[in-house]
Amino acid sequence: MTVAADVLDRHGLTLDEYQRIVEALKREPTMTELGIFSVMWSEHCSYKSSRVHLKTLPTAGPRVLQGPGENAGAVDIGDGLAAVFKIESHNHPSFIEPYQGAATGVGGIIRDIFTMGARPIALLNSLRFGPLQDALVRRTFSGVVAGIAGYGNSIGIPTVGGEVAFDESYTGNPLVNVFCLGIAAHDDIIKGVASGAGNPVYYVGAKTGRDGIHGATMASAEFDDKSAEKRPAVQVGDPFMEKLLLEACLEVMKTDALVGIQDMGAAGLTCSTCEMGSRGGAGVDVDVSLVPQRETGMTPYEIMLSESQERMLMVVKRGREAEVERIFEKWDLHAVRVGEVTTDGKLRVRNRGEVVAEIPNRALTDDAPVYRRAMVEPAYIKEAQQLSLAALGKPVAADEAFARLLAAPTIASKRWVYRQYDHMVRTNTLVMPGMGAGVVRVKGTRRALAMSVDCNGRFVYLDPYAGAQLAVAEAARNVACAGGRPIGATNCLNFGNPEKPEIMWQFARAVEGMGAACRALDIPITGGNVSLYNETDGRAVLPTPVLGVVGVIDDADCVVQRGFRDEGDAIVLLGESLDELGGSEYLKTLHGIIRGVPPVLDLHREAALHEVLLEGAASGLIRSAQDCSEGGLAITIAECCIGTGLGARTDVSAVASAAGFSDVATLFGESASRVVVSVAAQREAELLAMAASAHLPARRLGAVGGKRVQIAIEGRMVIDQPLGEVERTWGTAIERYFERAKALA
Amino acid sequence: MKFAVVVFPGSNCDHDAYYAAEHVLGQQAEFIWHKDASLKGADVVILPGGFAYGDYLRTGAIARFSPIMAEVKKFADAGGPVLGVCNGFQVLLEAGLLPGAMLRNRSVKFQCEQVLVKVEQTDTPFTSACRPGQVLKMPIAHGEGNYYAEPEVIARLDRNRQIVFRYTNAQGIPTDESNPNGSLANIAGLCNEQRNVVGLMPHPERACEMALGSVDGLILFESVIKSVSQGAVSNAEASAKAVAVAR
Repeated sequence: MTVAADVLDRHGLTLDEYQRIVEALKREPTMTELGIFSVMWSEHCSYKSSRVHLKTLPTAGPRVLQGPGENAGAVDIGDGLAAVFKIESHNHPSFIEPYQGAATGVGGIIRDIFTMGARPIALLNSLRFGPLQDALVRRTFSGVVAGIAGYGNSIGIPTVGGEVAFDESYTGNPLVNVFCLGIAAHDDIIKGVASGAGNPVYYVGAKTGRDGIHGATMASAEFDDKSAEKRPAVQVGDPFMEKLLLEACLEVMKTDALVGIQDMGAAGLTCSTCEMGSRGGAGVDVDVSLVPQRETGMTPYEIMLSESQERMLMVVKRGREAEVERIFEKWDLHAVRVGEVTTDGKLRVRNRGEVVAEIPNRALTDDAPVYRRAMVEPAYIKEAQQLSLAALGKPVAADEAFARLLAAPTIASKRWVYRQYDHMVRTNTLVMPGMGAGVVRVKGTRRALAMSVDCNGRFVYLDPYAGAQLAVAEAARNVACAGGRPIGATNCLNFGNPEKPEIMWQFARAVEGMGAACRALDIPITGGNVSLYNETDGRAVLPTPVLGVVGVIDDADCVVQRGFRDEGDAIVLLGESLDELGGSEYLKTLHGIIRGVPPVLDLHREAALHEVLLEGAASGLIRSAQDCSEGGLAITIAECCIGTGLGARTDVSAVASAAGFSDVATLFGESASRVVVSVAAQREAELLAMAASAHLPARRLGAVGGKRVQIAIEGRMVIDQPLGEVERTWGTAIERYFERAKALA
Repeated sequence: MKFAVVVFPGSNCDHDAYYAAEHVLGQQAEFIWHKDASLKGADVVILPGGFAYGDYLRTGAIARFSPIMAEVKKFADAGGPVLGVCNGFQVLLEAGLLPGAMLRNRSVKFQCEQVLVKVEQTDTPFTSACRPGQVLKMPIAHGEGNYYAEPEVIARLDRNRQIVFRYTNAQGIPTDESNPNGSLANIAGLCNEQRNVVGLMPHPERACEMALGSVDGLILFESVIKSVSQGAVSNAEASAKAVAVAR
């Protein structure tokens, strides 16, 4: 062997993998080839640890137009249109350089969507940070939010919703998952394929620089105290360039002159050339000296591995070049011919004509290593699942616990965040952010789309299988609350180091749970992203498999929101409350612990709940709906009052019927499959009957009205606060962390 | 009636303005590419929101050099109604069609939210259907909407009744709390001395349907439709040509 061990190490390749490269090439690789293999075989690009597990997920269904394997998935939404969507992580770059890391994450997922021929119309994000008391966390949090805003606002795609949660495990490793959805006519969907020998390969967009070299490899390693040195591997975003690319590409796609197109994301030119070739069963021959360069003296190795942003690779039909070039010129972009499609199935890289790399595309893509890594149940699980409420001592007064939960950053208003996002541009946003699922109408049709990204990492930590199922159920439930029928999903699986058998076990169990839940609820997963190595100094984040669910609302006039509507409406809880506190925000906020078992989930019951929500929304029976999640029933009732000017008078005795139920579990337990709805008083019986025929428990809790949030149990008033105070506590909690810090400074 | 919606590279509210004019108000709308040399017989010109040229230098600083801006100036000089919304307002400031400049919001953050503005002047083509003092609910979405001008310019704007919209509370009182970005004198929108060029930071095109949260923006469109059809503003492109020929 001619390659030194430290060279392999720097490329994140094992000796075994090196030998496989030699076998694939039937010779020793050149340095350029070694670089190409290293990024394509990195965890980030090859999914080598996760692939065997991902294969078990349900990906097909009558509405699925495009499943995993392309730049994004696509599902039929009626009217000859498709929703094209995907979620992706940018965790590692966002820790190293929060603003640019998050901004380029937004840029990357938007490219994935318009690359498919779809016009992006909505963004969501799922974010995780450490506790806001920590100055470094506040800096990361501010930077990430500003970066998402800076990119999304400029390009003019509204950020219509999402979730933000806080936990110590994310302090040194925030999670930044961005979801984008676009709309395309079925016939306009275009793929990332290279075919037709002799067809020219074009490069368009920003020039290539040395930024981001080995970004994909960075995302495939743990952080340590030297991570700051990796800053040059984070790219800088240019949303204006991307806006031009977006408009120009959509215009070019209308001409039918393209064979295929792919963005240069992770692993840049390398990934786009070999993946397009592999999908089309063709070869791609490019000359890097033709690639527009931002810096002088770049080597073929650097050009192939650069992750400069806002670049696209296209295969154009021969004879149509001038047409394509003209459209890009209109947008002041210069499409440059850098090579052509061949028949030999190889990626051939030249430098001024001289061949510097020649690799079978399949060796880089389909034939990349696949590992069935060792798994073992982590020792912490059995211990953490033990929960003794008695050991926690006497609970604080319900009123005080309620106020502390309202101010917990994971529960509190995220207005500080979403006010920085343009959430209204394109004039489709029917539900404002921070109110549950994001809802946008589809212009030119009567329909709207509801979408939600969810995961409770605590549940997954305590039981990965159950926790992942709960994430699926919650995302789908949020969509159903808005009146949307879930039709497709995308996942972003954030875990620690897969080389640790305990982490791999978490991952495998979570994927199993996610698959089972998606099958039971009939929601195919059409693509997504895996982010591993989310560890700093050996400590992993809470396992966080985020699920993004998309649902169709047939009549945009029937969208249901979370806020109560009218004085006197009946408040009804759909679903059953159990004596559960495991993994709750209550235990975390009041006692600082993550313990117990997650809530029990009955997927048949969950499905029945969705049917009642959908029927109730379509018929106008249900006037408002909000799912019970962090903080339980008490917080949910408060959320339904906030911003409406209406209070609630409730008695929740009916849900606390079982013996041994503590008030704490009744008020703050997070039992699954529950939704607080409101209904006109004279139609309450109708709703209860509808629920009964679906075998869904439903109980009246009280009535909308007054200016206080009141919750009684068996005649005892346990929570009673003026609405104004509830709104203040909840509404300003996140801002107060920044103000307090400013006051101290 | 024909609305021209100018598209600069980086405009992103162009579709929204087009949609409001064409689909909500049932008028004719046409996109005009910034490199075009004609407004194609438009009765009203809208410079939409967005981030023209990325706004990397100053907002609107490069867009004002776009070829179409010469036509927009001619159209305005001839009395044609021109509306600049958000980034379009910033372009009008840079182009010298309206006085003053924009600073970053005093929060130093981008802000997207509903605000209230009071209609201070009803003798512009875009406010002629408003009641004096009418308070409108419309969203803002900007990072640089903190209006600034020299004190004498503010005094002149006041004297000439060029301050068309101010941020106020629901009672129409311009308080500090109701000022979202720190604009001097709570200025949300202005007109030129001839009163036919109006710029404002809030987005009327986002407030044309109840499903989106407000219909208060409709009145700006209704005003200009009324003004143009009653001949209150001239068919500007025709007069611009006449002026050009006469010269």
